Amino acid sequence: MKILVPVKRVVDYNVKVRVKADQSGVELANVKMAMNPFDEIAIEEAVRMKEAGVASEVVAVSCGVAQCQETLRTAMAIGADRGILVSTDAELQPLAVAKLLKALCDKESPDLIILGKQAIDDDANQTGQMLAALMNLPQATFASKVTVAEGKVSVMREIDGGLETISMHMPAVITTDLRLNEPRYATLPNIMKAKKKPLETVTPDALGVDVAARLTTVKVLEPAGRSAGVMVADVAQLVDKLKNEAKVI
Amino acid sequence: MPILVIAEHDKAGLKAATRNTVAAARALDGELHVLVAGADCAGACAATAALEGVSKVLCADAAHYTDQGAENIAALIVSVAGAGGYSHLLAPATTFGKNVMPRVAALLDVAQVSEIVAIDSADTFVRPIYAGNALATVKSSDAVKVITVRTTAFDPVGDGGAASIEPITAGPDLALSTLVSRELTQSERPELGAASVIVSGGRGLGSGENYHAILEPLADKLGAALGASRAAVDAGFVPNDYQVGQTGKIVAPQLYLAIGISGAIQHLAGMKDSKVIVAINKDPEAPIFQIADYGLVADLFDAIPALNAAL
Ligand SMILES: Cc1cc2nc3c(=O)[nH]c(=O)nc-3n(C[C@H](O)[C@H](O)[C@H](O)COP(=O)(O)OP(=O)(O)OC[C@H]3O[C@@H](n4cnc5c(N)ncnc54)[C@H](O)[C@@H]3O)c2cc1C
Ligand SMILES: Nc1ncnc2c1ncn2[C@@H]1O[C@H](COP(=O)(O)O)[C@@H](O)[C@H]1O
Repeated sequence: MKILVPVKRVVDYNVKVRVKADQSGVELANVKMAMNPFDEIAIEEAVRMKEAGVASEVVAVSCGVAQCQETLRTAMAIGADRGILVSTDAELQPLAVAKLLKALCDKESPDLIILGKQAIDDDANQTGQMLAALMNLPQATFASKVTVAEGKVSVMREIDGGLETISMHMPAVITTDLRLNEPRYATLPNIMKAKKKPLETVTPDALGVDVAARLTTVKVLEPAGRSAGVMVADVAQLVDKLKNEAKVI
Repeated sequence: MPILVIAEHDKAGLKAATRNTVAAARALDGELHVLVAGADCAGACAATAALEGVSKVLCADAAHYTDQGAENIAALIVSVAGAGGYSHLLAPATTFGKNVMPRVAALLDVAQVSEIVAIDSADTFVRPIYAGNALATVKSSDAVKVITVRTTAFDPVGDGGAASIEPITAGPDLALSTLVSRELTQSERPELGAASVIVSGGRGLGSGENYHAILEPLADKLGAALGASRAAVDAGFVPNDYQVGQTGKIVAPQLYLAIGISGAIQHLAGMKDSKVIVAINKDPEAPIFQIADYGLVADLFDAIPALNAAL
């Protein structure tokens, strides 16, 4: 069984981004970048399946600028066997990424595609569902447990009211939620080994995909801040403020 | 051109999020229709017909919509969208809407605009990015706009409408996946997304027993919903559907009490639009105090019982 895992290079989740003064976007110069946390979980899950003998190969894919190679090396240090960079300087929106991934899936024929549920930069939460639709495949979003048995995959999903488990034929698309697993740290020997793993580069043109943006950003603003609050000395003062000042209880 | 809202419902009635989504759709220009797809969903259709501003309810009643699976519902929406010539398709940005709508968008070969918080014009929308640290205004060049709506940004519509209910032919059963089981958290408390007061606990509670023993009496007294940080969910104090944040539920109650929560940006992303925020934390440096209207530096194990007694 082959597993394809798309990994996105995003601003590290610890960074508090700043909006640019000209309102054209957020400041990305000299900001720490990292693999999207949900994609780390996706890679970890795929690698665990390989370690358990369920999967035979894990292929990591990243779409974007040349530096996405670093993200692919990280994925390979966690345990992916090889990487594919879809190289472009164009701004990629989820529909374009889904089309690129579909073109790769047509070539690679994976049995499972595991994506993150959401990229923490655009907060779109779309790509996995779009890929599943384009390929006419079943989908299980927000996975917190994945089990493969007898040619089927069963996925426990986090939904608003609780949890549900669905069963799908493969190939299928899964998107990860935070509780699925805790990704390992890449060890130094594995980071070294990852440098020697194969990394192929393709372009959107070679895949025959039009990546033109459908949404244009008019402006990006800082959200209205909250005005500074007050510290209260004790519970009695808190109750007084809530009753008489804020009037919420 | 008419506008279509996809209802989220439980057969018998509507989920609250549908009311907020209809409110967002009313800010657009066009006749408003709502699609209810389900099995034995006459109750939900009747509730939808009573919504303010809705002129027609399309009711697709078939067994293969029982589980609300994304594959079948997306296929139905695409065929309804084509037949009806809708300019906009909207659903709430709940786990239901997030699961279904990107599939619809891809099948229509259009972008989805996720979690809008404001509507500037028929093709221009505002949405948070980077965990709400920036607000992007985006303009769509697609013929059909597929949108999910952040429910806290639009006040729910009430009743008072009298829409017609039109049964429509169901789409195909694609049989791509099957529901094995569903465990919904049973609670007497208000729904997190719709509650006016939320008592939310973090890792500072120390254990699931403490979480319940300390926070439940307070929530009872305030008629509040219970929420949690991701750390509290990960540690197993409470189920996942309690999670508030960038990757959990987005809430905006009248009063949000953050207890033993440090205030990571991912948590703030889910609650910073609350009207009044109270933080109780023993660490005076905790970032939650920077956004709290009222901060109390105290050990929660003393402060919460005292607060409960004082109310
Ligand atoms: C991709 C991604 C997405 C995420 N999404 C979310 C999300 O949606 N929601 C979310 O909440 N988190 C999310 N997180 C996690 C987030 O980064 C934080 O780790 C989490 O919010 C911390 O939870 P906490 O405040 O309960 O725990 P901690 O940060 O450990 O804080 C515990 C607090 O309790 C206080 N405390 C301890 N004991 C006491 C006591 N006796 N009395 C009073 N105070 C006490 C401490 O001073 C401390 O401030 C996400 C993380 C990632 C990487
Ligand atoms: N440029 C990209 N390269 C590789 N994978 C991506 C890219 N963009 C999105 N993805 C995948 O799609 C998931 C959801 O992203 P999004 O729909 O943008 O929130 C991510 O967690 C990744 O797994």
